[in-house]
Amino acid sequence: MGTFVPNTKAQQQEMLKEIGFEKLDDLFAHIPDDVKLKGDLNLPDGMSEMEVSREMKIIADENIVYDTIFRGAGAYKHYIPAIVGNVISNETLQTAYTPYQAEISQGVLQSIFEYQTMICDLTGMDVSNASVYDGGTAAAEAVAMCRERKQNKALVSGAIQPSVMKVIETYCFGNGMELEVIAVKDGKTDLDDLKAKMADDVACVYIQHPNYFGNLEDAAEIGEIAHSAKKCKYIMGVNPITLGVLKTPREYGADFAVGEGQPLGLPIAFGGPYIGFMASIDSMKRKLPGRIVGQTTDHNGKIGYVLTLQAREQHIRREKASSNICSNQALCALAVGVYLSAMGNEGIKNVATQCYSKAHYMAKRFEEIGFQVENKDFFHEFVTTSDTDIHVILKALSEAGILGGLPLDSHRILWCCTEMNSKADIDRVIDILKEV
Amino acid sequence: MLVFEKSRPGRGVSALPECDVEILKPEEKDIRTSELHLPEMAEVDLSRHYTELAKKAHGVNDGFYPLGSCTMKYNPRVNEKIAALPGFTDVHPLQPVSTVQGCLRVIKETSEALCEITGMNQFTMQPAAGAHGEFTGLLLIKAYHLANGEPQRTKIIVPDSAHGTNPASAVMAGMEVINVDSTDKGLVDLDKLREVCEGNDQIAGLMLTNPNTAGLFDPNIKEITDIIHECGGQCYYDGANLNAVMGWARPGDMGFDCVHLNLHKTFSTPHGGGGPGSGPVGCKEHLAKFMPGVKVVDKDAHSGKDILSFAKAEESLGEMKSFYGNFLVVVKALTYIKMLGKEGIPEASKNAVLNANYMMQKLKGAYDMAFEPEVCMHEFVMDLSRQAKETGVTAMDIAKGLLDNNIHPPTMYFPLTVHEALMAEPCETESKETLDDAINVFLELNDLAYSDPEKLHQAPVKTPVTRLDEVGAARHPVLKYEFE
Repeated sequence: MGTFVPNTKAQQQEMLKEIGFEKLDDLFAHIPDDVKLKGDLNLPDGMSEMEVSREMKIIADENIVYDTIFRGAGAYKHYIPAIVGNVISNETLQTAYTPYQAEISQGVLQSIFEYQTMICDLTGMDVSNASVYDGGTAAAEAVAMCRERKQNKALVSGAIQPSVMKVIETYCFGNGMELEVIAVKDGKTDLDDLKAKMADDVACVYIQHPNYFGNLEDAAEIGEIAHSAKKCKYIMGVNPITLGVLKTPREYGADFAVGEGQPLGLPIAFGGPYIGFMASIDSMKRKLPGRIVGQTTDHNGKIGYVLTLQAREQHIRREKASSNICSNQALCALAVGVYLSAMGNEGIKNVATQCYSKAHYMAKRFEEIGFQVENKDFFHEFVTTSDTDIHVILKALSEAGILGGLPLDSHRILWCCTEMNSKADIDRVIDILKEV
Repeated sequence: MLVFEKSRPGRGVSALPECDVEILKPEEKDIRTSELHLPEMAEVDLSRHYTELAKKAHGVNDGFYPLGSCTMKYNPRVNEKIAALPGFTDVHPLQPVSTVQGCLRVIKETSEALCEITGMNQFTMQPAAGAHGEFTGLLLIKAYHLANGEPQRTKIIVPDSAHGTNPASAVMAGMEVINVDSTDKGLVDLDKLREVCEGNDQIAGLMLTNPNTAGLFDPNIKEITDIIHECGGQCYYDGANLNAVMGWARPGDMGFDCVHLNLHKTFSTPHGGGGPGSGPVGCKEHLAKFMPGVKVVDKDAHSGKDILSFAKAEESLGEMKSFYGNFLVVVKALTYIKMLGKEGIPEASKNAVLNANYMMQKLKGAYDMAFEPEVCMHEFVMDLSRQAKETGVTAMDIAKGLLDNNIHPPTMYFPLTVHEALMAEPCETESKETLDDAINVFLELNDLAYSDPEKLHQAPVKTPVTRLDEVGAARHPVLKYEFE
């Protein structure tokens, strides 16, 4: 059996004796018999570190790791500079608790303050929180934040990532908000349908930009329509990697910018841990859920950082809190901070430009071999249609060690390109598909 | 100094090659016009920046961390090694199941182990943290009552000693909280509970931790869960304190219908300065059909093949987050479970309880123990009301004094039912030597409270900053760096 208990049996006995007990079991004597577990747990015997390393390696090897990935749809493979992994492996930063004790947590607090600054800078917003669980929960929390006594309805574009829609639905099932889906026309949010659905009881309009199909939405027009109702807020879900090139949610007129932060330095890792970012205009800051770090001074006037605006939070407000969130994704926020610092302004513009350029190159190549590309105005994801069965396409690619796009139905595939996909990779896909 | 103040235009990390296809841009109307202010740093400066930040933080590796209710046990390094395997980090969540059999096996084996440890029938790994798990559990209860045609069951009983997340989660689930006061022994008041429940068809259920937030195992637990069931409610177990009872008592056998666990507490995965955690939720059979996310099954319904596959519960309440939870955290927890095994897991709880009792007995003379228990479980609560009255030194002052001694303070001012509370949870991964040293520090600080209280009001003095102006921070919020 493996153990992380440092006290030897002799020490355990010594300690027991000192406090007046004979054996360890005596400490559990007050647990009533009717709830006490009879016998052992039905689990395998423990193992040494070497054995468990072997066994887990075998399990890891049961997965197929594709060197070349053309699939996004909510999880994006980007290059992660080595320093990111190095920093988040630092044992102190990795094992620290939520920074309640500010005097010994300045390192963690400062890293969150820097993260908040970078998220605001990317999105054009005034205030960012310290993170939530992922893009889906960020969207759902943002929708919940907009609810007012007379505004209980959320309008959500049907062109958002389906799993994000499901999370919003689940949160609405909890809090009783009404959710209406805005129709999709030609792969984009239907402005006429949105206009028709606008009313005084609409709390918010939520869109994703670029949307699930990769298309750029008419984001500025949607903002204007959303704001035509007095209290309605405009929430944009964005892929942060696009913000090196695309207009900020603020420039499009959004009140909130949220999204999945995974593309900023986190591995795809079978879906998690990722990070949800949430940023807002100044007037909404006291409604933001979760931790927020602020700058202040200590008794000697030295600059320092603390968790602040805590009157929003569960440990102070209990049932009146803006959310129940406690643990968030701090170490992932640290990774995002290191990633953005390593990439810098030019790096992040470069990634965005490469994603855009490569996806457009690939789309053009697809058209050359007779695939139809559904999108007109897209970023780094696009949908192809062809007569060839998707299974044939994906199987041929898989045999060449390539994870193709995500099948949407029997003939449509959602592709994604990032800076990781070289021209040679793209050409290889096209060459393979020419043959099938 | 902030990273932005160290930035110099023109510096950077050589991360990417040049673009090897024609460079294209979106239309003008979608092009960003506002300037970016990301740091421009050479790698060496970046490396030093974060090394400096790490020096101004305190991890489990830096010293004793008896933070009550948070289970800051040692985070084994092997967990990190395994979770960094490319077979886990480099697989896409939307790969075909036949190509991610290892990931499904991780989820399946972890679920099975957690079912056995808690006495539940099914688990989902989807919730990302404890509070997220609570929300999930309450939605399960809500879905159950709705399916039974009892939408009026919206009231949830939460003891006054509960974690703040409990009532906050209840509100997110559209429930109304009924607080029930504890007895002067820190336990659930059965009479008051009966009074609230009897014949009450609005009760959705109860949220409870056992052992509770005072570190006490409620001996009436069966009666408590019976009272709730008799009035038609469901019982939710907040697993924050499971580290006390693994292999000794199971929430399922105590009468609970669903539970959440904190893998980042009980199952040794690191807290990361505030996450990522993982808050899997388990339930008994009658709630299983409402579970969110997907469960792992032995046959692929699509192809008919005998491979691990995902299936959705018949009346699933939906998705708590995208994909399958904080997967790499689950990998770490499974590594830990496999290492400890059937003997090691109860052994961990035994030693957690031993360490807490040892510390409590040694401190009892100097510090008053809330509710004066003879035996505690994995944690205990000191009440410093006497010191505060006699010397003016508060729980906060003692906590700050600990900082100067390289000990992370216990949880302060919690549970709310104890006025000057310091709640200590030493964990099983600390040696007698560490405990003895810490006990001496606690005793010295108590002496100092009586001899030189001012010194404690001024503490800490050895930390990178002294006490910070939190009121000022909230009144004039500075929430990001302002670029010129």
